[in-house]
Amino acid sequence: MNVVAALVAVIGMVIVVWFGVGVLKLYTLFGVLVPYAALLTFLIGLIYRMVNWAKSPVPFKITTTCGQQKSLPWIKHSRLESPANNFEVVLRMALEVLAFRSLFRNLRADLRGRKLYYGSSKWLWLGAILFHWSFFIILVRHLRLFTYPVPGPIKVLDAVDSFFHIGLPHLYMTDVAILAGLTFLILRRLVDAKVNYISHASDYFPLFLILGLVSSGMLMRYFLRVDLVSVKEFVMGLATFHPKAPKGIGVIFFVHLFFISALVAYFPFSKLVHMVGVFFSPTRNLPNDNRRVRHINPWWEGVPPKFLTYCEWQEKFKEQLEQAGQPIDEDCYKEKKS
Amino acid sequence: MYNSDKVIPGIIIFVLFVTLPIWWNHGKSVAAPEPELPKKGRCVESKEYMRSHHMQLLNVWRNEAIRQGMRIYTSSDGARFWISLQNGCMKCHNNKSKFCDRCHQFAAVEPYCWNCHIPPETKKFKAPKASGLLKLFGVPPVLHGSSQAESYGHAEH
Repeated sequence: MNVVAALVAVIGMVIVVWFGVGVLKLYTLFGVLVPYAALLTFLIGLIYRMVNWAKSPVPFKITTTCGQQKSLPWIKHSRLESPANNFEVVLRMALEVLAFRSLFRNLRADLRGRKLYYGSSKWLWLGAILFHWSFFIILVRHLRLFTYPVPGPIKVLDAVDSFFHIGLPHLYMTDVAILAGLTFLILRRLVDAKVNYISHASDYFPLFLILGLVSSGMLMRYFLRVDLVSVKEFVMGLATFHPKAPKGIGVIFFVHLFFISALVAYFPFSKLVHMVGVFFSPTRNLPNDNRRVRHINPWWEGVPPKFLTYCEWQEKFKEQLEQAGQPIDEDCYKEKKS
Repeated sequence: MYNSDKVIPGIIIFVLFVTLPIWWNHGKSVAAPEPELPKKGRCVESKEYMRSHHMQLLNVWRNEAIRQGMRIYTSSDGARFWISLQNGCMKCHNNKSKFCDRCHQFAAVEPYCWNCHIPPETKKFKAPKASGLLKLFGVPPVLHGSSQAESYGHAEH
């Protein structure tokens, strides 16, 4: 049911664009207003999320560790598994963000007959890394449509990505990789009963949305073709705030544009926000130096809490304590007298 | 806000990255290129089709002409054309820099047609530069492939 809802939503978007652009000719709405609104939602939404997270206090230092913390000089310290300072935190975070290091340790438990087996399971890591890196490279590669003159590194990236010169326009390696990654990520949710059970429509929707985005882009590049010069002229107009109503560009381009607009606008409200959220995870962005540096709960910063000594507390609740038959600490009164 | 010394630079980097297309061009829109079209004659297919599909057509032509020896192209309206880049396309579109290059530069596309073909405005054949690596190892820049093969042939007789 969740799958169907997500799929219907994505197919519905194609129909909306086909009707809006192909039939009603609403070029300005789908070509200019929707992308601008989506970009604004993305920027404001994500900044709001970041500021909101930064405002949330972290009462305890809750670094997740899986290695020896920095201790006595003759005990070997695991710098990445239990970072002791900010530099090591940055190292660990970089590996986490760029290489998905914790996912690389993914384990899988399976019952075979009456025996429980644990085994390394790298498939999710592989699918995830294929998907994320391809997506990032594709995103950066798109800058050739947004800039003039096109920066050298982007041309180099483009040349490397289309290195094999398959077909014309050349097939990009990342296009194949992202399709492979997405297919795995979708099939994992559909085929694996355990993952299927915990999958919501909000898990399928981004996958289908990105699949639609990728397939519309690939269709446009390899099969249906649109006039690239008109596309770049239009896109440059958008980027430089001189938007012109695009003309003579096929509906497939507007489907692609609508998908990316929807994805970008959906970002701050969904699980996709993990893109910035990963940097705000207290389990990852704090050094494990609990024993050297006192972590002061930010709630208490500048506002020293009112502590009660035991005697003060006993005095406050003396009646209740006596009624309940609790022993009264007589030392409190002795000290007062003396 | 806590850790604003790290969060604020992070937000600034994020915004700069997302808005890169906006500030990279300094808000200047670039006019679309206007390739010089031939004054008379017709192209093999419609203008719109050629604008979006010419590279695919040329790729098919390359495969048909070079690999299968098919030199006749029948266009969608039934007209027949001789398949050739230099003796076909470039007879009308006879200026690479004013026709091909204008759009290709704009779209940052570097077609590899000219690895084998010679654009008509190129009068002389320029030998490619010998790479520094060859010089470093003392390899002579001029290769004598065919002449050496002939001399071997003579030696046998």
